[in-house]
Amino acid sequence: MVTAAEILSVAAFGDGRFAQAFPSFGSERTGAPVVAFCRIDATRIRTREPIVAPDALIVQDATLVHQVDLFSGLRPGGYLLVNSSRGFDDLGLSDLVASHGDERLLTVPATELALEYTGRPVPNAVLLGGFAALTGAVSLDAVVHAIAARFSGKVSTGNTAAAREAYRIVERRRGVLADASPA
Amino acid sequence: MLRQLEGSRAVAEAVALCRPEVVCAYPISPQTHIIEGIGALVKSGELTHCEFINVESEFAAMSVCIGASATGARAYTATASQGLLFMIEAVYNASGLGLPIVMTLANRAIGAPINIWNDHSDAMAVRDAGWIQLFAETNQEAVDLHVQAFRLAEELSMPVMVCMDGFILTHAFEGVEIPTQEQVDAFVPPYEPRQVLDPHEPVSIGAMVGPEAFEEVRYLAHVKQLQALDLIPEIAAEFGGTFGRRAGGLVSTYRSEDAETIVVALGSVLGTIKDAVDALREQGTRIGVVGIGSFRPFPAAAVRGALGGARRVVVIEKALAPGAGGIVATDVSMATAGLPLQTHTVIAGLGGRPITQRSLMELLKLAGSDGLEALTFLDLDRSLVERELARMARRRRSGPTAENLLRDVGIVSARVT
Repeated sequence: MVTAAEILSVAAFGDGRFAQAFPSFGSERTGAPVVAFCRIDATRIRTREPIVAPDALIVQDATLVHQVDLFSGLRPGGYLLVNSSRGFDDLGLSDLVASHGDERLLTVPATELALEYTGRPVPNAVLLGGFAALTGAVSLDAVVHAIAARFSGKVSTGNTAAAREAYRIVERRRGVLADASPA
Repeated sequence: MLRQLEGSRAVAEAVALCRPEVVCAYPISPQTHIIEGIGALVKSGELTHCEFINVESEFAAMSVCIGASATGARAYTATASQGLLFMIEAVYNASGLGLPIVMTLANRAIGAPINIWNDHSDAMAVRDAGWIQLFAETNQEAVDLHVQAFRLAEELSMPVMVCMDGFILTHAFEGVEIPTQEQVDAFVPPYEPRQVLDPHEPVSIGAMVGPEAFEEVRYLAHVKQLQALDLIPEIAAEFGGTFGRRAGGLVSTYRSEDAETIVVALGSVLGTIKDAVDALREQGTRIGVVGIGSFRPFPAAAVRGALGGARRVVVIEKALAPGAGGIVATDVSMATAGLPLQTHTVIAGLGGRPITQRSLMELLKLAGSDGLEALTFLDLDRSLVERELARMARRRRSGPTAENLLRDVGIVSARVT
């Protein structure tokens, strides 16, 4: 997750924006839940406070959605991307979709994509492809470049390919949702 | 070149550009990435003529730096928190011997209770150790201060500590301009020691000094700190002219010229404070900021000058002197003695508690209406404190405080704030 926020900040920087990424470690234990933040702006970012009301939220581990209060800060009209091969109903998040409206809330099977393209169940970079499609806050090109700059060899090529696929999946799902929603 | 990178990585590259000849450290969060970065640069051959020494403790790290520096090598280390305390005897020795070691302090709280997150307790614990202490507001400034630190240390022959907020800066990715090797070489000349252990010209360093001269040795250390008061702004000005950006110096000011209320702080929280000040200015409040860039030497005259026109000063500090209150505020009060100025101390951000713009706005509005007490603890959970006090009053064996409080709040594995 920390890596994802860092790569996202590099992507935004690549798009010519100012960006700031930083982690909030719950504990110094591998596998402990971790929150990481990324701010993207057209002007220099001075604040150092954690983000409590995000414009967009990426959930990397869907098993946390009922363990930790993840969504309290998510504003109406905010974006949500959850790493899951299941839908929000299956995840028990129908109420959230009902209260926030569904066109900006999506799931994407990032772990499965990561396994398929890299052989490892590490979804962080893949999710950023989906994030680019969902929000438009960063370009896919910048995300791909940032992933390629972070990793090398097969991890790099696999992750960039998987991120592109996540972008396509999210773009398609958004299209379906937009067509289905009343104008 | 402007790059988006982690603060620790940026500092590692900056230190490498200063061509240290001996680097040694013992890993401790949140400093570890810096040392790992330098180690990688040595291993890859990008940083040449540098010996990277793995040591068994922080005490050894500073001791090796002392030995290296005394033989004429440019020496660097980094630490944090308990690591700094573990090396404290050697920290005093480095300054007492007048050795120009540069050390990064990735500021972190001190236990018990153990806490890996940021505050300034570690820096404040050694404020009287005779080191120059510079504080970085951003990762850019952290980079730039390291380049200045080697110049400063070696011109004065005294050690310099560059303080940067642990995690908040060390682990933050943001845009940082890394200077070129040519630029840094032109700014930091090769180390020419004032004293050196040389088998061909034997001297001893570290003699025992009795009452006949000890006070004088200490006084000379004070004189050197006072010389630093002149040299720090000189070097910062030269840096600004050469590199084209402001960094370092004794104090920095922001919208403080006509301010009734001035907030004083050190380090990265200045960014959040400036955003709060902008918001309050939009509401018509005459408020500004003074950042202290050099805490040791303490720039009393510059602070007095910067605060002289205000009615009240709010010192926000990330450390507490239990039983006394503020630490920075005490120095600010001494610097402004005799001025018609109300000084408030605000203890904030201990052990990594986020300092939010919302809390700052409430605090500063209260100050503006003369409602702020002399000593305040930002966002203190009063009910949590009251529960423990009641427990202690109720029975003798009330148990360990930290554990009691954790039980009260309920351990939440991934709290954001």
